[in-house]
Amino acid sequence: MEKIILFAPLVGALISGFGWKLIGEKAAQWTSTSLLFLAAILSWIAFASFDGVTENIQIMRWIESGTLSTDWAIRMDRLTAIMLIVITTVSALVHLYSFGYMAHDENFKDNEPYRARFFAYLSFFTFAMLMLVTSDNLVQLFFGWEGVGVASYLLIGFYYKKPSANAAAIKAFVVNRVGDFGFALGIFALYLMTDSIRFIDIFAAMPVLAEQTMTFLWADWSATNVIAILLFIGAMGKSAQLFLHTWLPDAMEGPTPVSALIHAATMVTAGVFLVARMSPLYEFAPEAKQFIVFLGATTAFFAASVALVQTDIKRVIAYSTCSQLGYMFVAAGVGAYGVAIFHLLTHAFFKALLFLGAGSVIAANHHEQDMRNYGGLRKKIPYTFWGMMFGTLAITGVGIPLTTIGFAGFLSKDAIIESAYAGGTSYAFWMLVIAAFMTSFYSWRLMFMTFYGTARGDKHTYDHAHESPLTMLVPLGVLSLGAIFSGMVFYNSFFGDTTTMKVFFGIEQEEQVANADMGFSLVAPAYAEVTSDTGEGEAKSNVSSHNTEKSEHEAAQVPGQGAIFMGPENTVIDDAHYVPDWVKVSPFVAMVLGFSLAWLFYIKNTSLPVRLATQQAPLYNFLLNKWYFDELYSYIFVKPAFWIGRFLWKRGDTKTIDGTINGIALGIIPFFTRLTSKAQSGYIFTYAFAMVLGIAAMITWVTMTGGAK
Amino acid sequence: MIGVEHYLAVAAALFVIGIFGLFLNRKNVIILLMSIELMLLAVNINFVAFSSELGDLTGQVFTLFVLTVAAAEAAIGLAILVCFFRNRGTIDVEDVNVMKG
Repeated sequence: MEKIILFAPLVGALISGFGWKLIGEKAAQWTSTSLLFLAAILSWIAFASFDGVTENIQIMRWIESGTLSTDWAIRMDRLTAIMLIVITTVSALVHLYSFGYMAHDENFKDNEPYRARFFAYLSFFTFAMLMLVTSDNLVQLFFGWEGVGVASYLLIGFYYKKPSANAAAIKAFVVNRVGDFGFALGIFALYLMTDSIRFIDIFAAMPVLAEQTMTFLWADWSATNVIAILLFIGAMGKSAQLFLHTWLPDAMEGPTPVSALIHAATMVTAGVFLVARMSPLYEFAPEAKQFIVFLGATTAFFAASVALVQTDIKRVIAYSTCSQLGYMFVAAGVGAYGVAIFHLLTHAFFKALLFLGAGSVIAANHHEQDMRNYGGLRKKIPYTFWGMMFGTLAITGVGIPLTTIGFAGFLSKDAIIESAYAGGTSYAFWMLVIAAFMTSFYSWRLMFMTFYGTARGDKHTYDHAHESPLTMLVPLGVLSLGAIFSGMVFYNSFFGDTTTMKVFFGIEQEEQVANADMGFSLVAPAYAEVTSDTGEGEAKSNVSSHNTEKSEHEAAQVPGQGAIFMGPENTVIDDAHYVPDWVKVSPFVAMVLGFSLAWLFYIKNTSLPVRLATQQAPLYNFLLNKWYFDELYSYIFVKPAFWIGRFLWKRGDTKTIDGTINGIALGIIPFFTRLTSKAQSGYIFTYAFAMVLGIAAMITWVTMTGGAK
Repeated sequence: MIGVEHYLAVAAALFVIGIFGLFLNRKNVIILLMSIELMLLAVNINFVAFSSELGDLTGQVFTLFVLTVAAAEAAIGLAILVCFFRNRGTIDVEDVNVMKG
């Protein structure tokens, strides 16, 4: 079944990409979409029937080279199962949505075929993403990682006639390469240290590796920390974290379904997935985790602050995505991997919903993307409005405080903020609370500017604003269900009491951890026992009665049996449940404040934003120009790169290389030819003389060297 | 007693005279042909000298063949000369310089 899930999108991509001329565009679209729905249904079955035991499904032998021995295989555990449902569900819905959205496109001529190509790219992306999340080794993961990068490049540059789309595609590709460089180094380092790239071997080697040091950049470092940071650099690139985030807003040049699928729901969360997947590594790399927390919190704050003032509807949501990814990294960084994945899941639903809703709004407004030209669309496009409304309620975190009733974002985001507090980093906690406030503000600002007030744009466009076709509304409806219920349904599994969560993720648990009140002292010796002997036997004594019937779990203390690993001293989930009430309420308060402010600015007194912007012009411009990151990078990297390029081109290539060749061809060779042509006089006696000289020379040479012998 | 070295000296002298005749002569093509004959004769003298010195008749047989070929060559050379004179109206070597790039 897993193989069908994995390869259905590939088959769809191949048929629709190469076979559309045979079967027609419509048929190609239907083929890829129905295969995706098949994969989605099977994923849900796989998820529901998954029993928590990690399973390895070999597809084929892949690499045999020295000690490097790797299968092409599926690692089926809870993490994979979650990612499977997220990816295939959103992807199937986006395929369906694209029927309506891509039906007409002003970027292509009427008779120009582009739809099958679009669907082929989407399906190919899905395949690569599935490859990424199902892999059981790092190289296969890297294959998927680059595959989604390629798909992302192709789809951002889908409107290849627009120079801006091409520029954005190249930018996304190049910035991701920077991250991938770190990622590749991390893989090399892991292979160097553990002699394997298979997760199961790597994870088992972690306790030993934590004691070791490795030389990197002329200094000795703790091996786990170096590797963890290197892998995280890869995650930073893919997940658009601060310093490598600049490509994500530009990626909005792609068609909106692409933004929903790739740049909101799935691909950008690959970084979070990587950290969660490598949780056994990160559990042994405390400094790297601190770095992740710091960077994640800063990104959440930074991106939210930029989103406050953007006017392009897609860019607001793009920065919102960036910010939410920061949340996920904070959760992963404090050790609450389950919570990070929880937010990944809920975020996939509500952010895809917001993007598809935005796409519907854009389609209704004749591809106008500036929110300043919207307004009063609530009555015009009611279904889209309600879809967006649910998405906004979910992202801002509306719910009943101190209970587990609320929209998806309420549960997952609050879980992250509580984990951040419990993780002991007040910096991250406050950054996230402020970011939650800003999230609420910009989300409601988007809603108010788009759907409320009076129509500010073109009168004609407004009058012709129309609700989208059913193919676009059905995905909105399904995702709305996800945005409303996914939080409540999965809360207990991801962030409920520790026992439930550990069973869910297939993590072996000890009684000591279950009773977190008993603290570290009991856990530590038991743990030390295991690190001293990574073999199977020692761990048995720690297995709780709860799971003894599952014999596969006997080696529980060796990392890598479950979907995620949490060291015995990692009690952040339990701590998060016992944070003070004011901490639990704080994101809700921030949300209410943000909502009120947005209401004040964009409903009550619409002149306020302009007045504030003019009054605080430097701050406003600072935010509007995205903290001047693009300008800074242009100054530091792009301009020098251009300069080097131009230098090598003009000086290196034109002057030196071409100059050398031209000099030889036009200067030296003609000189010699003129010389020899002078010798060729045409007189027989000159030739005879030359012949005699030659013979004389030859005879002399032969007699001198004794060539006759 | 006249030894082989005397023959060789005569032959070498003849050969060098032939060579110099070949490229010092700027006027007459017929002199060119005569110089070539001279060089061939020098070679023939060498053949005969070594033949009698080593007691091997092969050299003298060879000489007869060379003489035959030289006669044929002289005939062809004169024929070319006649053709050339008809075309150009001169047989001055200095005017014959079309053999160049």
